[in-house]
Amino acid sequence: MTLMKTLMGAAAAVALTAGAALAEPALIFDLGGKFDKSFNEAAFNGAKRWADETGGSFREIELQSEAQREQALRRFAEAGANPVITMGFAMADPLSAVAADYPDTKFVAVDVTWLDAPNIRQIGFAEHEGSYLVGMLAAMASKSGTVGFVGGMDIPLIRHFGCGYAQGAKAVNADIKIVANMTGTTPAAWNDPVKGSELTKAQISQGADVVYAAAGGTGVGVLQTAADEGILSIGVDSNQNHLHPGKVLTSMLKRVDVAVYDAMKAGENLETGVFNMGLAEEGVGYALDDNNAPLISDEMKAAVDKARQDIIDGNLKVVSYYENDSCPAINF
Amino acid sequence: MDFLTIIQVLDSTVRLATPLLLACLAGLFSERAGIFDIGLEGKMLMSAFFSAAVAAVTGSVWLGLLAGIAASLLLAGLHGLASITFRGNQLISGVAINFLAAGMTVLIAQDWFQQGGRTPSLIGGGRFGPIDWPLSETLANVPVIGPVYAELLSGHSILVYVAFLAVPATWWVLFRTRFGLRLRAVGENPAAVDTAGVSVVGLRYAAVMICGVLCGIAGAYLATALQAGFVKDMTAGRGFIALAALIFAKWRPWHAMWACLLFGLLQAIALRFQNIDLGGVVIPVQVMDALPYVLTVVILAGFVGKAIPPRAGGEPYVKER
Repeated sequence: MTLMKTLMGAAAAVALTAGAALAEPALIFDLGGKFDKSFNEAAFNGAKRWADETGGSFREIELQSEAQREQALRRFAEAGANPVITMGFAMADPLSAVAADYPDTKFVAVDVTWLDAPNIRQIGFAEHEGSYLVGMLAAMASKSGTVGFVGGMDIPLIRHFGCGYAQGAKAVNADIKIVANMTGTTPAAWNDPVKGSELTKAQISQGADVVYAAAGGTGVGVLQTAADEGILSIGVDSNQNHLHPGKVLTSMLKRVDVAVYDAMKAGENLETGVFNMGLAEEGVGYALDDNNAPLISDEMKAAVDKARQDIIDGNLKVVSYYENDSCPAINF
Repeated sequence: MDFLTIIQVLDSTVRLATPLLLACLAGLFSERAGIFDIGLEGKMLMSAFFSAAVAAVTGSVWLGLLAGIAASLLLAGLHGLASITFRGNQLISGVAINFLAAGMTVLIAQDWFQQGGRTPSLIGGGRFGPIDWPLSETLANVPVIGPVYAELLSGHSILVYVAFLAVPATWWVLFRTRFGLRLRAVGENPAAVDTAGVSVVGLRYAAVMICGVLCGIAGAYLATALQAGFVKDMTAGRGFIALAALIFAKWRPWHAMWACLLFGLLQAIALRFQNIDLGGVVIPVQVMDALPYVLTVVILAGFVGKAIPPRAGGEPYVKER
């Protein structure tokens, strides 16, 4: 028994010192998974860039269930990881419960902006501004006067995407018809490409010839079907233009990679508080590369770049869905 | 709602009902022989991955289909081994298969392709293309019959037709052949079958293997016909809806087809019309999503007829000595 105790004590001591010695950053991916070609993958790319540049290493976990959120936070905090970077709005509740218990650990919350804790860096993205720009592009590229939107799980964040998109499309063509669908109301909606395909086919039959997917893994099905049926699609979060070259009009970039990279670079001296990353901060934008260059004409680019400048200068205001939980341009 | 919209919804119904139907018939064979199988989901998922992976590597969708069926058969064999030979609990074995498939597919996919648990996108011969029936172009403009023929019946992948042909085939095998009679008997009263000198174990293994083949086709349909590649957890609960359909159909092949078409129709309507406005009352889309399960519970509770499973279902057969 005493021997056992000694051994356990020694093991614990080793574990503690090992934890304290390495203040590695830790990254917690959301349920979509590290390689969702979208939101979480962007975070991974940011972290990888940091690791490649500095030669540092980081710890990571892909959450498999809701119950793991708080557990993962505590594990990393106990192990001395600093900062602990979390992905997605769903980490807000576990974070508010855990952050106070580890005052010396800095936390980073991507897509969370409403918590009240001194040691959390909260990063919000102006998705509506980026979506507004791709909405304009969609409306200009559409020949039928109908554009589509496929959301993942029906949550305010995704409506926020759709709302900016609808406003952008309406700004180009006030009579445009916008067909918006959500894949589902459970986290399974992020990984159901078959349903994404069917939604896209349904939207095509309603006349849509450009479809914007803000749906994680479900978006793979949307982009695939759009390419099969010969219409254009718009990717989200990461640059998805390469998935179907010449068939993806553009991608709404959400520079999660930059946010993660900056946080890892700052390390333990991370500045906390609420940060907003909009067009001005290059936190959001639209993707233009070799794959979609033939699809974006000079006039389209000029119009979008002007709108971008106007938004940055404050001459053009894109209404956020969060302001009063409704959208002036579309009903969900 | 105009006629064309109805055709499109029905078209979508056929596509969505096909994987359910294949899985449902798979479950039918297994459960009629007295082996409960909640591992339909896992077998479909495993087949979806291997069919997509092999199709991506070889460029041949037919090799992919074979690989998918083989993978599904392997899991079916495992289920048989655990629940027939070793007389384990069939439900536990099924759950284990679901977990095994969910984990293994992503793990192997990551090891082979390094694309984060996906397979590369399939192109050209790596997918099942639509089969256009003769004259569908010419007939498309004929009113009423034209759209039905060109949109609804023609233009699906070959696996859709296989699935619907499997319904009469299942009925014939189960109710018109000696094998089918014995298979049903083994699910009701295995002792009697044993007394007649027929191998209970052999029959049950045969049923489980047929189940594996059908699940394999269902998974390959998801990954190589509906989609162009595998994405983690892409079956998204269809194996469980198929089980619900099986109970709804009271373990009968033709009823299974109608149950799957009904559940497919509910999904198609939910996808097409998010919130249905019925003269002031708005039905939210979630109601449509939940309806298959609600209907199943209603049936199980005995409100609409009674769903009686095969009597020996779930019990391993122990020969009396």
